[in-house]
Amino acid sequence: MTAGLVISDLRVTFGGRGGLLRRSEPPVAAVDGVSLRVGPRETVAVVGESGSGKTTVARSIVGLVTPEAGTITYDDTVLGPMRTRPPHVQRAIQMVFQDPRSSLNPRMTAGAILREAWHTHPAVAPKGDWKQATRELLAEVGLDPTVAGRRPSALSGGQCQRVSIARALAVRPRLLVCDEAVSALDVSVQAQILRLLVDLKSERDLAIVFISHDLGVVRQIADRIAVMRSGELVEEATAEDLFTNPRHPYTQMLLDAALDLEGVES
Amino acid sequence: MSADMTPEDTGPLLDVRDLEVVLPGPDGPVRILDRVSFTVGAGRTTGLIGESGSGKSMTAMAIIGLLPRDAQTRGELRWRSEDLLTATPRRRRRVRGREIAMIFQDPLASLNPGQTIGRQITEIPRRDGMPRRELGSTAVDLLERVEIPDPARRANNYPHQFSGGMRQRAMTALALAGKPQLILADEPTTALDVTVQARILALLRRLRDEEGTAMLLVSHDLRVMAHVADDLVVMYAGQVCERGPAPDVLRRPFHPYTNALVKSVPAVHAKSAIADPLPGSPANPAERPSGCAFHPRCPLTRIMAQGVSSANAIGTPPIHERCRTEQPEVREISPGRWSACHFSSEEAVR
Ligand SMILES: Nc1ncnc2c1ncn2[C@@H]1O[C@H](COP(=O)(O)OP(=O)(O)OP(=O)(O)O)[C@@H](O)[C@H]1O
Ligand SMILES: Nc1ncnc2c1ncn2[C@@H]1O[C@H](COP(=O)(O)OP(=O)(O)OP(=O)(O)O)[C@@H](O)[C@H]1O
Ligand code: SF4
Ligand SMILES: [Mg+2]
Ligand SMILES: [Mg+2]
Repeated sequence: MTAGLVISDLRVTFGGRGGLLRRSEPPVAAVDGVSLRVGPRETVAVVGESGSGKTTVARSIVGLVTPEAGTITYDDTVLGPMRTRPPHVQRAIQMVFQDPRSSLNPRMTAGAILREAWHTHPAVAPKGDWKQATRELLAEVGLDPTVAGRRPSALSGGQCQRVSIARALAVRPRLLVCDEAVSALDVSVQAQILRLLVDLKSERDLAIVFISHDLGVVRQIADRIAVMRSGELVEEATAEDLFTNPRHPYTQMLLDAALDLEGVES
Repeated sequence: MSADMTPEDTGPLLDVRDLEVVLPGPDGPVRILDRVSFTVGAGRTTGLIGESGSGKSMTAMAIIGLLPRDAQTRGELRWRSEDLLTATPRRRRRVRGREIAMIFQDPLASLNPGQTIGRQITEIPRRDGMPRRELGSTAVDLLERVEIPDPARRANNYPHQFSGGMRQRAMTALALAGKPQLILADEPTTALDVTVQARILALLRRLRDEEGTAMLLVSHDLRVMAHVADDLVVMYAGQVCERGPAPDVLRRPFHPYTNALVKSVPAVHAKSAIADPLPGSPANPAERPSGCAFHPRCPLTRIMAQGVSSANAIGTPPIHERCRTEQPEVREISPGRWSACHFSSEEAVR
């Protein structure tokens, strides 16, 4: 058996059916033949060009887009569209979306959003007081208890992002798909979230797919890194290898363009 | 005021003075912004950094005039010769998009899902009467400027057909469309890879240098700030805790909060360990701590309190008495460098 996530030859296309009023356009492959493995307790970062298909790969993993070709398995079980997945599989794979505010229900308070996750998956709901559990979970992601009573419209961008992380962690996933999950956080809060993820990795055997444009953060937490460009995976290596010995010209270009705070002169 | 005055004659383009924003909360009014003051000079870029939830977006929303309906404001927003806070709603609508434009932090939430990107980014030229046939080519030009590949095809896409970073660039295109004198850019590059990010930052810099467009740039990315910002404003708990020339502030921060941020930036070209987060939890504007709002988490007050006899209970971390009881003013520590810390001084080294 192959434990964890295995993506084989994934291909996703959009369009081609013709819009409502527009002439039909040829389908465009957003993801074209991507293969990737994420073992238990492993953190695999996906970096690369804006528009290269990272979010599309992530949405395929959680079953929100239907691939045209290829397979995705988790612990040898083939994963179909979200609706067709048994509840324990739905729970095991959670995603933090790139646009946190739009991924939260605008009519629900942050507390209600967490309670809904527990109602959906009672097996992992807290045994004791849900109020207390909510406070603890919010504190873990650096939010004060008053956030529980507020709707997304009354939260900052980074606060929405952390509610979204808390919602995913609330149901004790085995695999967490993070799509730019710390991009709206100041570096101090970001460090707190990264430490939380690293802890969960060892405490709960959490595996993580970590999509990010922040190469510094990626270098801190990734075991392996996959680089995408134009729907394809152009390079995959262990984190240290990739940073010290990038092979693909695109990877080299990315590293060259990355800024550091050190050595800045005005 | 005549139009031919040079920036030097007119002083800062935007002068934010003692801005306060109060929102109703379940336990009474909450002062989200507390006496925020800073300026944006013509043709300059002011960077705004600070803790998540510290009021950066709220500050930008106050300037663009899109605060929640039940918000109460005080202070002044001097835009050239007028105060925007007291301007008529009609005047504010006129300013929005044409004189001051905003790149919103949440592109997906601020774009209309039912309209093509091309249509949305040309809204202002359309309202200003640009002929139809020019609108199409304007949309393509704008998308091209923000590095969207295949712009003619992409102009017909709806927001959900764009990637996160493409939506972010569409927001930038929308802001450019009205040829504003000031752009409020709220996290404009978080969804961009470093190569595209570099090109967008270069575009913004060109606007500054060639057309004198000023910018208020909100970003958590201190590396971006170091490369783009002329001046820097640091916020914590709805207040300004430090401001000054960006390179100086980043090289030698005066305020302990700024210092903590600078030390937490992950390195790219060397492996760095995950930084120690600040102890305690972020300040809640509804229960701002007494004295200095940063005192429950401040590393410096603990050092300053050592050896000073105070009423600290055994077992709790020592806090200097002044930090607990007296709110620090934003003081000029050295020419052009301001900090809201009792113990900031030219000599203090950390
Ligand atoms: N629902 C959709 N319909 C049509 N095209 C889509 C759709 N979703 C994504 N695309 C297209 O697929 C490509 C990949 O998009 P994706 O969102 O996966 O990129 P990404 O790597 O996540 O980019 P970013 O870093 O900017 O978020 C883009 O060209 C995008 O325009
Ligand atoms: N309607 C509201 N009622 C009460 N509090 C609110 C409301 N809207 C925003 N807040 C609070 O105001 C504070 C400032 O929010 P703002 O969006 O300006 O933060 P920010 O500095 O932009 O943070 P981020 O970096 O996370 O985007 C936050 O603590 C937020 O929770
Ligand atoms: S005034 Fe005191 S608590 Fe506030 S930043 Fe300075 S040392 Fe820290
Ligand atoms: Mg994406
Ligand atoms: Mg914000």
